[in-house]
Amino acid sequence: MTDTETRAPRVVAAPEPPRRRRRRLGGGGPRAGTIAAFLTPFFLPFVLFYLVPVGYALWQSFRVVRRTGGQYGTSYTTFGGFHQYAQVLQNSEFWSSIGRIGLFGVVQVPVMLFVALVMALLLDTPLLKIKAFFRISAFLPYAVPGVIAAIMWSYLYSPQLSPVVDLLGHLGLHPDFLGPGAVLWSAANVSTWLWTGYNMLIMYSALQAIPQELYEAAKLDGASNWAIAWRIKVPIIAPSIVLTTVFSIIGTLQLYAEPAVLRQISSNISSTFTPNMLAYTVASGNNYQQAAAISVVIALITFVLSFGFMRLTSKRAGL
Amino acid sequence: MSTPTAGRRSASRESLASRTAVMALMLVLMIYFLLPVYFLIVAATKPQGDLAATNGLAFSHFNLFDNLHTLFTRSDGIFLKWALNSVIYAVLGAGVGTLISAMCGYALAKFAFRGREFLFSVVLGGVLVPTTALALPLFLLFSSIGLVNTYWAVFLPSIVSPFGVYLARIFASAAVPEELLESARLDGAGEFRTFFSVASRLMAPSLVTIFLFQFVAIWNNFFLPMVMLQKESLFPVTLGLFEWNGQTARAPLLQESVITGSLVSIVPVIIVFVLLQRFWRTGLAAGSLK
Repeated sequence: MTDTETRAPRVVAAPEPPRRRRRRLGGGGPRAGTIAAFLTPFFLPFVLFYLVPVGYALWQSFRVVRRTGGQYGTSYTTFGGFHQYAQVLQNSEFWSSIGRIGLFGVVQVPVMLFVALVMALLLDTPLLKIKAFFRISAFLPYAVPGVIAAIMWSYLYSPQLSPVVDLLGHLGLHPDFLGPGAVLWSAANVSTWLWTGYNMLIMYSALQAIPQELYEAAKLDGASNWAIAWRIKVPIIAPSIVLTTVFSIIGTLQLYAEPAVLRQISSNISSTFTPNMLAYTVASGNNYQQAAAISVVIALITFVLSFGFMRLTSKRAGL
Repeated sequence: MSTPTAGRRSASRESLASRTAVMALMLVLMIYFLLPVYFLIVAATKPQGDLAATNGLAFSHFNLFDNLHTLFTRSDGIFLKWALNSVIYAVLGAGVGTLISAMCGYALAKFAFRGREFLFSVVLGGVLVPTTALALPLFLLFSSIGLVNTYWAVFLPSIVSPFGVYLARIFASAAVPEELLESARLDGAGEFRTFFSVASRLMAPSLVTIFLFQFVAIWNNFFLPMVMLQKESLFPVTLGLFEWNGQTARAPLLQESVITGSLVSIVPVIIVFVLLQRFWRTGLAAGSLK
């Protein structure tokens, strides 16, 4: 498919008119000061608002609050070794939030990415018409903030207001989307709704970059669209699938807004439902050192899973 | 939309049944993606009393303008303030963010210097850092220097986008030819002049892409403003609607404003989105390169 209308135009600027002033005879690259001037505007805030907080969280996570002279004495913070981490690992609420999010991720991420992949493959075949409409509709939820998506869906889940509950009621079904067993999957549905189109477009863009000639031979041999899709296209866009998986893992571990909104209408979501909600709740109780340790543990799990998944897949592909 | 001849030939071999099945599957998926937005549009046009009393998917009494009036006058027009705050955070944040990402990505792509790959891998590591993990330590740092509960508390962290630098580096390598820079240098143009008058023009479409990604990231951000802000007048629209939504149990009349406000806050972004969709494709394609 030659999809020229969606490709960004190349703006070609005319080269500057020649000037007769040589800066330096030796030629070569710019001076160190110039390079620094290009890099500093990004790296200064990057250091201040990315690296320093990471360092600060690490430092805090090794501190403990002590009191002089019993319960009513003045408090001070001091080095506490791995005390905060030991507390995190002994905290049953931490483990149940991890368990919940793990279950969520193991189900939601593959389902979402599978649907995204199928949609991308279908959009890439000549079988389907009105592709632009499908592409835009599926991508539309990406423009909706997570909070607002969760508010929209919470109306569709609510037993009093939901047309979906009404409709299912006519069919004799009475699901409780906000019940203790279901609410996790109701949150998972909001994430799926938000991110399927985004992931689909990443995969679709990768499919579009494959030269058509690659399929020609297979087509001449009589391979079906099905075989071409699974044997040729999917292996080629594997890096995109890995990328979307890594982004999804990161997103899942950070889950906050969607369950926080559902918590407003369901008593089945606790204030410690996800690891991030737990960190916020602990921080709200002024236990910043413990909250820092939780944040560090979440970040560590994120890194281990992301890198682990990338290494696993690149080894398997023999790269 | 043109279809290559090879595709057409193989398509004719596919049965009508599989075309119908594919179309049906896609239509079901489209209903899934569009249903909540459709519901929101319908609900925003109803009077509060009709929300529970009438079918959620059918229009009833058309009350949209009254709802908008209520929305924009509630609590001294705080909703408009939230919407403006979101615009300020997202437009200025993404604007400054795109500029600094472009300069950094360009330098990483075009200047040879020691430590370049190291710096780039630090940036890539930054892409993987969960931003919510930064919010709580940032809150403590900002509260020690009195920045909490100010515009700066949300704005400053928002300008940093490692993903933007990553995209800018890819785009600069692809769009700015080495020879052009060489000749600009030989002609005596300084590096800044070359960047702002030559390279940035060549990179312009990709800069739009970087801007859009960062704009949406800031517009959708919730955790950072929630941690940083207590003053309602500084809230972005996401945080404001979240607060209202939490009060609907006590004040059920707020429900209609939450619904109308949700619609009002997503419509402009969706329009921009559809109009500029080609720029998304560029960015997503580059993001999928290894």
